[in-house]
Amino acid sequence: MKIVVLVKQTPDTAKLSKRMDGLQLSADGGPRIVNPWDEYAIEAGLVLAEKNKGSKVTALCLGKPEATEALKRAIAMGANDAVLISDSVLAQADSLVTAKVLAAAIKKIGEVDLVLAGRSSIDGNNAATAVQIAALLDMSMLSYVASIEAVEEGSITAVRAVEAGRETVSDNLPAVISVVREINEPRYPSFMKIRKATKAKIPIWGVADLGLSDGDVVPQVLWEMALPPSRNAKIDLINGTPVEAAKLLADKLMSEKVI
Amino acid sequence: MILTWIEQRDGNVDTISWEAVTAGRQIADELGGELVALVLGAGVDGLANEAIQRGADKAVLVNDASLAQFRLKPYAATVQHVIESHDVKAVVMGASSSGLELSAYVAAKLGVGLAADCTDVAVEGGKVVISRPALIGNLVVKVNFGEATPNMLTVRRRIFPVMEADESRRGDVVSMNAVLGAGDISTEIKGLEAAENTITLANARIIASGGRGLGGPEGFPMMQALADTLGGALGASRAAVDAGWIPYEYQVGQTGKTVQPDLYIACAISGAIQHLAGMKTSKVIVAINKDPDAPIFKYAHYGIVGDIFDYVPALTAEFKKAQK
Repeated sequence: MKIVVLVKQTPDTAKLSKRMDGLQLSADGGPRIVNPWDEYAIEAGLVLAEKNKGSKVTALCLGKPEATEALKRAIAMGANDAVLISDSVLAQADSLVTAKVLAAAIKKIGEVDLVLAGRSSIDGNNAATAVQIAALLDMSMLSYVASIEAVEEGSITAVRAVEAGRETVSDNLPAVISVVREINEPRYPSFMKIRKATKAKIPIWGVADLGLSDGDVVPQVLWEMALPPSRNAKIDLINGTPVEAAKLLADKLMSEKVI
Repeated sequence: MILTWIEQRDGNVDTISWEAVTAGRQIADELGGELVALVLGAGVDGLANEAIQRGADKAVLVNDASLAQFRLKPYAATVQHVIESHDVKAVVMGASSSGLELSAYVAAKLGVGLAADCTDVAVEGGKVVISRPALIGNLVVKVNFGEATPNMLTVRRRIFPVMEADESRRGDVVSMNAVLGAGDISTEIKGLEAAENTITLANARIIASGGRGLGGPEGFPMMQALADTLGGALGASRAAVDAGWIPYEYQVGQTGKTVQPDLYIACAISGAIQHLAGMKTSKVIVAINKDPDAPIFKYAHYGIVGDIFDYVPALTAEFKKAQK
């Protein structure tokens, strides 16, 4: 099987603090990690490849040149190779431009059976890229996959975690799958593999390498980022014995009409 | 016109769709034009009129066995067809699992802009402008759409109010056929294991959550009793889930669920940024914690410094009285 795993480099939200707010964290040069949801996709790809001899797992990322680090993490976990798409014309890429470019790269990689992605990214959180790639490439789409049951004879069966419960679905290959955390426990790369990954040569493709022109990658969505309004942090501390405090709190919550 | 999708399962509408109708109504009123509800399913005729009573001007009804259950491709093909045969300025859906998928898929087919999980919609200078949270609630992003229409957007759960059904509201209901035939659909739904809890974290009005300070799984029945008394749902912090005290499906926060209840009661939860990301926009937050310096107190509206094993049972007893 030929498997492509989509990897995004995102701000490291564990570094948020009083001294580093959302804007500072997002600014160029801020601390970065592999989007946490994508690690589950990488692991799912590696597990499938282990089960199907002769498989290949390629990690694919759109990002700035420093996103190479995220791809090295995927290689350290066990991906066979990786491709970075990076081009200054993509600096303002929206979800559709991202999907277009990644879809073109998947076509260029060629004969891909399965594209794996995390359910969303912790920065943009549109949960759109994987779905839009499926739309552009006319692949089957299985979102929120909690377990891959079978991949055989041109079809895939998986369990999806949705509001109503756990839905078992089968569809044709090639397919795009987005995964949720329940699917696995991502492995920690060994020291040896991390060392090997640091030496990996990762090709960088630009828009022209994908047969796209600048006109193909004009975003349809433009955005401005700001910090959320800080909450009027005036806490009402309730003192007293458990019985007294419970009575006071119940009264307050009733007057706020939330109970 | 503005189009809004009414999401249903077995004829039961997901409340988030009525919230989307409210957001769509606001856009239609400010931008001008009709709000049209799109009802897809099998045997769902009645929902078209309900959508009109809750704020739509008209409805398009597609009743077809192939649409009995939500499957992305047949739903998307029909939504795309409806959009292509009308002058649609904006499409509003709920940011449910299915709404996120359907909106993104159709936006890609049409080559139009998408904004997911919006918490505010407005019209400025004749154009739709939305706000949405990003970076797990640490940024607010204002989105302007490009020239291509329709603007595709989904609204976050429990942000927009549901309008009461007004039985005097009337409007045309147009029936249409599904676009894909049964033979064109490769997706096969083999079964559904229904979720155990009818009150899920996503739609709960009240949530009582427990964290590391519970000290073990034996603290959760006490938390469940508190949640049950209030007709709410049980939640947990990542620390409690990682410790194996409660399953992952209860986790609130960055790698769990994002919730927005009217009341969030955080018990023995310190308030790590990752947990706050999932709940800090709750309308009223109550924190109970032994540690007076716990970060959760900076976000709570009401706080009790004390042992949850003393205070939670007292609260449950008091709320029981209050409910009567």
